[in-house]
Amino acid sequence: MRDFSYAQATSRADAIALAALPDTMVLAGGTELLNWTRIGIVEPARIVDITRIPGMEGVKALPNGGVRIGALTKLNDAAQHPLIRASYPVLSEAILKSASAQIRNLATVGGNPLQRVRCPYFRADEPTPCNKRAPGSGCGALHGFNEKHAIFGWTKDCVAVHPADPPVALAVLDADFITEDKNGGRRLAARKFNVLPGEDPTAHSVLHHGELIVGIEIGRPAPKSAYLKIRERESYEYATVSAAVALDLEGDVIRRARIALGSVAMQPWRLEETERRLAGQKLGSPAIEAAVDAGFADARPLSSNTYKIKLARNAALRTIELAARA
Amino acid sequence: MGNLGQPIARADGFVKVTGTARYAGDQNQVGQLYAVLVASTVPAGRVSAIDTRAALAIPGVTRVLVAADMPRIHADLDKITVPPLATRFIPMQSDTIVHEGQPVAIVVSESLEAAEAAATIVRVSYERAAFIVPETAAVVSADPKKGSYSMSNALEFNKGDAPAAIAAAPVKAGAAYTQPSRHANPMEPSATIAAWKGDHLTVYDAVQHLPAVQNVMAAVFGLPATSVRVVSPHTGGGFGAKAFVWPHEILAAMAAKVVRRPVKLVLSRQQMYGMVGPQPQMVHDVRLGAGADGKLLGVSHAATNITGVTEDYVEFGAVPGRTFYACDNIATSQRIRRGNITLPTFMRSPWDGPGSWALGSAMDELARTLNMDPLDLRLINYAETDPESGKPWSSKKLREAYEEGARRFGWRTRVKGGTRDGHWRIGCGMADCSQGQARFHSTARVCLKADGTARIESSFCDIGTGPATIFPQIAAEVLGLDPKQILAVAGDSDLPYSGPTYGSGTTISTGAAVQHAALGVRAKLARLTGWPAEDVTMRDARIMRGNEARTIREVLGEAGVSELTSDGAFDLPGGAFVDMGSSAFPARTFGAIFVEVGVDQELGLLRLRRATGVYSAGRIINPRTARSQMIGGIVWGWGMAAMEASHFEPTLGRWLAKDLAGVALPVNADIPPDIDVGFVDEFDANSGPLGAKGIGELGATGVAAAVGNAVYDAIGLRIRDLPITPEKILAA
Amino acid sequence: MSKHQPTISRRDLMRNSAIAAAGAAVVPVDSAGAAGSTSKQFEALAMVHVEINGVDHQLELPPRVTLLDMLRERLQLTGTKKGCNRGECGACTVLLDGRRVNACLVLAVAAAGRKVTTIEGLSDGPRLHPVQQAFIDHDAFQCGFCTCGQIMSAVGCIAEGHTGSNAEIREWMSGNICRCSAYPQIAAAVEAAAREKA
Ligand SMILES: Cc1cc2nc3c(=O)[nH]c(=O)nc-3n(C[C@H](O)[C@H](O)[C@H](O)COP(=O)(O)OP(=O)(O)OC[C@H]3O[C@@H](n4cnc5c(N)ncnc54)[C@H](O)[C@@H]3O)c2cc1C
Ligand code: SF4
Ligand code: FES
Ligand code: FES
Repeated sequence: MRDFSYAQATSRADAIALAALPDTMVLAGGTELLNWTRIGIVEPARIVDITRIPGMEGVKALPNGGVRIGALTKLNDAAQHPLIRASYPVLSEAILKSASAQIRNLATVGGNPLQRVRCPYFRADEPTPCNKRAPGSGCGALHGFNEKHAIFGWTKDCVAVHPADPPVALAVLDADFITEDKNGGRRLAARKFNVLPGEDPTAHSVLHHGELIVGIEIGRPAPKSAYLKIRERESYEYATVSAAVALDLEGDVIRRARIALGSVAMQPWRLEETERRLAGQKLGSPAIEAAVDAGFADARPLSSNTYKIKLARNAALRTIELAARA
Repeated sequence: MGNLGQPIARADGFVKVTGTARYAGDQNQVGQLYAVLVASTVPAGRVSAIDTRAALAIPGVTRVLVAADMPRIHADLDKITVPPLATRFIPMQSDTIVHEGQPVAIVVSESLEAAEAAATIVRVSYERAAFIVPETAAVVSADPKKGSYSMSNALEFNKGDAPAAIAAAPVKAGAAYTQPSRHANPMEPSATIAAWKGDHLTVYDAVQHLPAVQNVMAAVFGLPATSVRVVSPHTGGGFGAKAFVWPHEILAAMAAKVVRRPVKLVLSRQQMYGMVGPQPQMVHDVRLGAGADGKLLGVSHAATNITGVTEDYVEFGAVPGRTFYACDNIATSQRIRRGNITLPTFMRSPWDGPGSWALGSAMDELARTLNMDPLDLRLINYAETDPESGKPWSSKKLREAYEEGARRFGWRTRVKGGTRDGHWRIGCGMADCSQGQARFHSTARVCLKADGTARIESSFCDIGTGPATIFPQIAAEVLGLDPKQILAVAGDSDLPYSGPTYGSGTTISTGAAVQHAALGVRAKLARLTGWPAEDVTMRDARIMRGNEARTIREVLGEAGVSELTSDGAFDLPGGAFVDMGSSAFPARTFGAIFVEVGVDQELGLLRLRRATGVYSAGRIINPRTARSQMIGGIVWGWGMAAMEASHFEPTLGRWLAKDLAGVALPVNADIPPDIDVGFVDEFDANSGPLGAKGIGELGATGVAAAVGNAVYDAIGLRIRDLPITPEKILAA
Repeated sequence: MSKHQPTISRRDLMRNSAIAAAGAAVVPVDSAGAAGSTSKQFEALAMVHVEINGVDHQLELPPRVTLLDMLRERLQLTGTKKGCNRGECGACTVLLDGRRVNACLVLAVAAAGRKVTTIEGLSDGPRLHPVQQAFIDHDAFQCGFCTCGQIMSAVGCIAEGHTGSNAEIREWMSGNICRCSAYPQIAAAVEAAAREKA
């Protein structure tokens, strides 16, 4: 861990000014940032602690029927908020299946989508070829251990998956990240917040240096929604594959389905073709399987993760069941 | 009364729940410096240059030690065998690199933060050499000159003609069974604090055997053993990783000598992968031939494990092949593959753990082929005597364990394999548990005071198995005291020599020495009382003969002594340091494990629903601590079956993930409350005076096989490669 | 060139050049040049006031010191353990303003002004906290190395009300690895302590 200097921002404006300084990083829960500095993934000269900024924490109902979650809201608090529980079970479940109880007491919803890949080459304590760690050094996983890597949207420059759970739920809910920086701010779709390697293999998200996530906005409630996380151990482990589903039902007919897969690509992977085909189908009908299969037409396995295609497909199917029963 | 067999609470409970128990890394010395090791990033070659300037520029950094700064190893170390020295290759004695993660420099600093920061910017240049990937290296025979590991058991064993018998057998089963390397990953990373006073060295260390560290340190520096003191009151789990003396311990002592200040070295979790050995990756080729009645006609078990380039560590995984089942034709063999990895080492349930996975799976395959209940197949092939030597067992009540286990689990009335529970398919499996029994030379001292309290002194260490609880029980039984009145003082090499805490050998060995010492004290008390030692008993702080009774206080008061002390020993035939039971009676522990799993075939999920283990392991001194040991073992077996694996990256020549996120260990949510543990009533009169045997490793044997067998029961898929991950389940 | 400005560490750049051209000249380490332009609010050495187990502490620390290292190495409160230093084991669990967190993931400076409770602050002298007693009563440990973290986590778990069933306890106690694997006993201890409190 290299030496850095430290400041506590006392207001949003303060934070935005400080975060824009060169070689400066923002500290929220610290559950990622501290590890990065220890491993040597980043070595900022300055750290701005934003956790003391007032008014950036909590869950609020919006007039349009949606909600806004402050970026500094702790994962546990967001997931257990009555509004989130009742209206967005998929998000509550995705969060509660993340990390551990104590990490979720530190980790913030704003920091969560900014976590970086869990690819072991990227996280290695010593140099390994990895374009995300050292651009141009190659991708160790491409022909190496890639059992848990991408089946969608990868390029030979990076085959990693984004490991976060909550963004998969946020993608299915068509949520937006609300940002601010010294030029104003942006509304960034959760679906496209993380960057596919085809666009930039070295990047993790579209956030600019000095740009702060201040909140998350989610549209109308999705009570018929569910999250399924598949992993070897029952808890405290990243997903091998996850699935988020939100359904609009009319009786047992799907009016609209939204499906996103997690840990299959560098961003939450919406199965758009599947979604199109599911509209108007009856729950439990064979057409559902066919619709899900159609979403995998562009899935491409790596040298050792062919199984993930079948796993993700089965996970999507199962989560449709779970969402219908939610 | 009888304190033996009482489930009394742990004597070290209070210090452990209050945080006052001190582990090596909790110790601090006045004036200490923090040391952080810099590890090689290449798997083979040599260090060509080290630039320490940037590191030294960090405020607080006092030295960056490189090979040239290190004291040379004294010739005395040649007299120490490997093991207990983990490896004779001591880094930083030359520029040679034999594996990634090997220490190449030591940063020493006033603060931990500065040392950590400096270690990341020590610039090491390497001359790389080609390295060997162990898993794909040539299979060779072990070289007896490369360490003593290969001599601890038989590399080849042949009884009858197994190949011919198997070829001619009407029913055959078996295959190749594989398992990955696994790291012990005790929760406490290894730590050493070394402090010199003139020529006297004190080390606070995380160990499983204090005298081994004492002797190695003395030899390294050419000192008498009396010049080295090792202190280790509590060790935060060992599981083999702290059994032998690893180079970092020596480097810490060397660093302290060079900088002339006490040095505190705590390995990072990452360094626990590079600087302490794993259980090696293994391939077992198991072939069974049987008659139509299930009687085994031939057993062949060939095991191959990976090892490092410096010594030939042999994981005797074929031992079960020649010890579990009665058979006239048995062949076992051990081979190795050498590569550039940290030298593998013993890990909890060595030999029998890996071997029972392979053999336990093959037996299930045979039972399926025969259409026979796997428990019946085991009963048919019950080994009344040791199949290897033909000698009678020291004791064995496995038949009772089978019966009791089957009853408690409901084995004979279990649900049909493949029965659905929602999306889960239920499967049940069973397998044999068995572990060879090591015994170690040990000594202890017992001191009885006039106030009816007593003290046990021995250099054993507490790694969580409960010696500080059960040794007082043993002494209390002899001295007629409440175990709470007896304090065990341990964890210091200045105390009487204790054997190690591994090989499931502490209770049987040090426990016997404690009993011997307590009997010595009782005899002295009897002498003071004027009664023949053979006639007396003790109860409620009194010594008794027939109807006569005197209090301890009276007897000692009249004699004018304040306390009575006696030394006790557990000596092995021929003055040996270790044996595997007496030569007349081979010693093993036995048991049967039954598990019920759920398999969600669509999602590739495998979950434990319940387990029953019943064991034949001699006399159980404390059923409470014993139960905990067995549950721990079953969880270890579950980890082995369902998730644990350390992957060696073949292009980089290193362990890929060196953490606890990329390498999964079981967590609380994985383990259901329904883990049922039982022991058959047994007294092993042939292994030692206590009638007890070891239990620390038995529990982790057989479990992986039982789980694999249960998966087959649930979904009809035979998985022969551990761990059983979603990928393999989905392949169905 | 990346348009998303990933922050790549100097160390990695150095390493990368070393991978690409082994033995070539090494890029020198940053000579704190950037630190020269530091805004006044940034501190390279921070005065940290923090209440630990009811006692006020004041320490001058470099900002990179974690709460865990501060407790263990500066204050000798060694009941809180370091098992991984990455948030992957739970051995370092303490209460921060009453909530359980991993002390290895918190900078000491970031805890300034907050209340920290460690295992040393749990018992009332020789009188054990009910959770501590439950751990003894249920034999919920072996080596004891994970135990303080387990107990602090259990105190948090009970306060949060995540003790509705054995399954819920096991899930919410899964952030604490016990390699000795006393899991069923730990869950039983938490269940009993929660019942006692209710
Ligand atoms: C052992 C372990 C297991 C985990 N398991 C899971 C899991 O299963 N699923 C899962 O989803 N996650 C998991 N996580 C990741 C965890 O959820 C994230 O680390 C956490 O959500 C990050 O939030 P934080 O507030 O701690 O971020 P920090 O560490 O504080 O920051 C992370 C990054 O985001 C930036 N940042 C933070 N907040 C803002 C903001 N408001 N605006 C702009 N930039 C900001 C920081 O500068 C930094 O670059 C795990 C983490 C650990 C250590
Ligand atoms: S997959 Fe991406 S993160 Fe992993 S090694 Fe390749 S480039 Fe690096
Ligand atoms: S030391 Fe903090 S979680 Fe492991
Ligand atoms: S008691 Fe040893 S790790 Fe939990």
